[in-house]
Amino acid sequence: MTDAALSASTSPRRPVSAAVQARLKARYRAERRFRAYGLFALLLTSAFVVALLGDILVRGLPSFWQYHVTLDVDYKADVIDPAGKREADALRSADYSQLAQQALQEAVPGITGRQARRALSRLLSTGSGDTLRAAVLADPALIGTRQKVQLPISADSDLYLKANGGAPSATPGKGALTATVDGNDVALTANGPEFGAALAAVKDILAARARTLRTEMARIGTGGSDASKARLAELRAEAEKLEARATAKDQPEEVDGNMPSLLVGWGEGLVKIARLGPDKAEGTALLPVGDGGEIKAGAWSLRRYAVPENARKTTDQEIAFLDRLAGAGRIENRFNTLFFKAGDSREPELAGIRGALVGSFLTLLVTLALCLPIGVMAAVYLEEFAPKNRLTEIIEVNINNLAAVPSIVFGLLGLAVFLNFFNLPRSAPLVGGLVLALLVLPTIIIAARAAIKAVPPSIKEAALGLGASHQQAVFHHVLPLAMPGIMTGTIIGMAHALGETAPLLMIGMVAFIVDIPGGITDAATVMPVQIYLWSDLPEQAFKAKTAGAIVVLLAFLFAMNGAAIWLRKRFERRW
Amino acid sequence: MNDVETMTTAGSVDAQPRVKVIARGVDVFYGEKHAIKNLTVDIPDRAVTAFIGPSGCGKSTFLRCINRMNDTIANCRVTGRIEIDGEDVYDPALDVVQLRARVGMVFQKPNPFPKSVFENVAYGPKLHGLARDRTELEEIVVRSLKRASLFEEVKDRLNDPGTGLSGGQQQRLCIARAIAVSPEVILMDEPCSALDPIATAKIEELIDELRSNFTIVIVTHSMQQAARVSQRTAFFHLGTLVEEGATEQIFTAPQDRRTQDYITGRFG
Repeated sequence: MTDAALSASTSPRRPVSAAVQARLKARYRAERRFRAYGLFALLLTSAFVVALLGDILVRGLPSFWQYHVTLDVDYKADVIDPAGKREADALRSADYSQLAQQALQEAVPGITGRQARRALSRLLSTGSGDTLRAAVLADPALIGTRQKVQLPISADSDLYLKANGGAPSATPGKGALTATVDGNDVALTANGPEFGAALAAVKDILAARARTLRTEMARIGTGGSDASKARLAELRAEAEKLEARATAKDQPEEVDGNMPSLLVGWGEGLVKIARLGPDKAEGTALLPVGDGGEIKAGAWSLRRYAVPENARKTTDQEIAFLDRLAGAGRIENRFNTLFFKAGDSREPELAGIRGALVGSFLTLLVTLALCLPIGVMAAVYLEEFAPKNRLTEIIEVNINNLAAVPSIVFGLLGLAVFLNFFNLPRSAPLVGGLVLALLVLPTIIIAARAAIKAVPPSIKEAALGLGASHQQAVFHHVLPLAMPGIMTGTIIGMAHALGETAPLLMIGMVAFIVDIPGGITDAATVMPVQIYLWSDLPEQAFKAKTAGAIVVLLAFLFAMNGAAIWLRKRFERRW
Repeated sequence: MNDVETMTTAGSVDAQPRVKVIARGVDVFYGEKHAIKNLTVDIPDRAVTAFIGPSGCGKSTFLRCINRMNDTIANCRVTGRIEIDGEDVYDPALDVVQLRARVGMVFQKPNPFPKSVFENVAYGPKLHGLARDRTELEEIVVRSLKRASLFEEVKDRLNDPGTGLSGGQQQRLCIARAIAVSPEVILMDEPCSALDPIATAKIEELIDELRSNFTIVIVTHSMQQAARVSQRTAFFHLGTLVEEGATEQIFTAPQDRRTQDYITGRFG
């Protein structure tokens, strides 16, 4: 009996009606669906974040490195200090870039001709003279000695080495060549059709150009006006000429700057081909080739740069020099300390974020010094002491409204009040800090009020019951307990201020400022504005700098948010 | 029953006790709500007075009038007269901070500060400048903890957070904190409602010990507790004081029908 009763009570209970079962199923389905939505949203956002961060890192990290060339620099006394007095002014005004150029010419010997020399001088950063100057000013004993010095190379060369996409494909030569050298001009003749494949590639390009012209003609159509008829005839003539050249298989061809560059290298020498036949080539020497004569099979190679010279920033000549320097082990990719030590510059390889970092720091300092005391006091007053009446209600509503005001409006306010009325200095962290303080204040007040409200009233009652005055109860007990929350709110507000650009544009912190600011009234810019400025510049190399600066800014933001979390965990108390 | 008898004996020792707190015609309003109506009561010195009554009858409200904790509630208004030793509590010239030093309070839920045990007890004396130096402060803390029968349990962890103690210990810590400023009156607002029976017993024992030095007013929902710890009992109902008298009398021979109904569990 007992067993039966037990099994009855534990058996699948009373029968559930079909309607109830259907409803139950629908409920579970709804829950599963909701979870799937949540998971999808989460995955999607994660994918975006990962893609964004990955992209920024991939673009930005290379800007933390910079290629340097190691040169043996002669600190010639007659160049630096002809008077021999070692006066700081004389040392400062000497022409150091001349020394750097001389050292570079020594490193690549045998370069004659203005064109080549100029190409060589373009390899070095214009800041290399400054590097030498700084070294000499720090230690005048260097004068008259010969030192190994690492100098930054120019941004374009740096980009070429980083991209490495222009690296040539080299095919070793099968037969022997005979080189005839006349000054810089070199003629190469082969016994067989050594250059046949290369010539065919050139002819293909000509054929492709003819096709482009034909397409253009089809676009113009049979044409109505005289002008278009004339244009049509012109195009047809040009296309036919190109087609004739493309079909004439063994006819020698010019290699122009819009075609992939062709070079022949043997030994130390390198020749850029300007005219190509199946078994002969003519061109100019980019690197000295010596006296010419017989070149054995396999001793030479035909190199081809896929990207035409006209589509590149670095010329074939510069690439030749870079390859030579790299071959001599003089080129090294080093951590770019200048990026963290220097202020802004028009030269990408010399531009750094130190100025913007210091500017941001000073601006945030002003913001924090104003916001934290004012914000916390306002919150304490409103939450604990203010009478609850119409006026305080209006103030509360408007603080919430202020938090939603577009930041550019605060910038205009700063421009009108701080610059035009109070005549504070333009572009200064002081004004930037004041404007950002206006921006962040509502956030901090709201966060602080929430934190104060979250402290259980029993703690305040306990203090009051012991005979503490209202103020003592608040300052001894409520405020310390609310502090982690207030800190978190403040840091998040500060992080917001760190990333703010728009209001600072209004008060002139958008200027090109090279010097690192020394105080809150010096002209300065801030990180996000620096990023904005760099992103606007046409130089390719500034793209990487922009991404690099973003990486630094993000690192700071993450660090600040991390600090907020740490503070909360560290000081959070349970009651 | 035995408890009540003991109490009776105790009560008979000071048959005509000195009156510590008197209330005459007290009315309390929360905005429009009339929470206490024309209340008049005498609270004897060095004895335990219990306020009983159903929830919302105004006993806690009246308790908080004695040390003016109701001041913190924005729309609370008190009329009538409350005196401690003949001094008007609501006299505008009276310093509320001094008043609360004389009238300590223990709350329903243990609410130690999230600080060390020592700091919890030392806060009041520091606030009122009762100790000249560290040694004196330590003496006060140890004495208060001993009087709250907590010292033996916490002597090795005076620097641990007070919030880390058990519920009963926390409540005794709150009592120690209250008596550290040497008040004359201690108000207890349902001090055992959040505690288990063993912790409750300890607190009740403690209240009985403290009776010899302090005037204690306790609000409680437990009639057994009122019977066990108090000498006088006041029964509140719907904002009025229905009946007040010696505990034994209230529990054995209530004069009012409502009191009888309440203590016999017919409503409440």
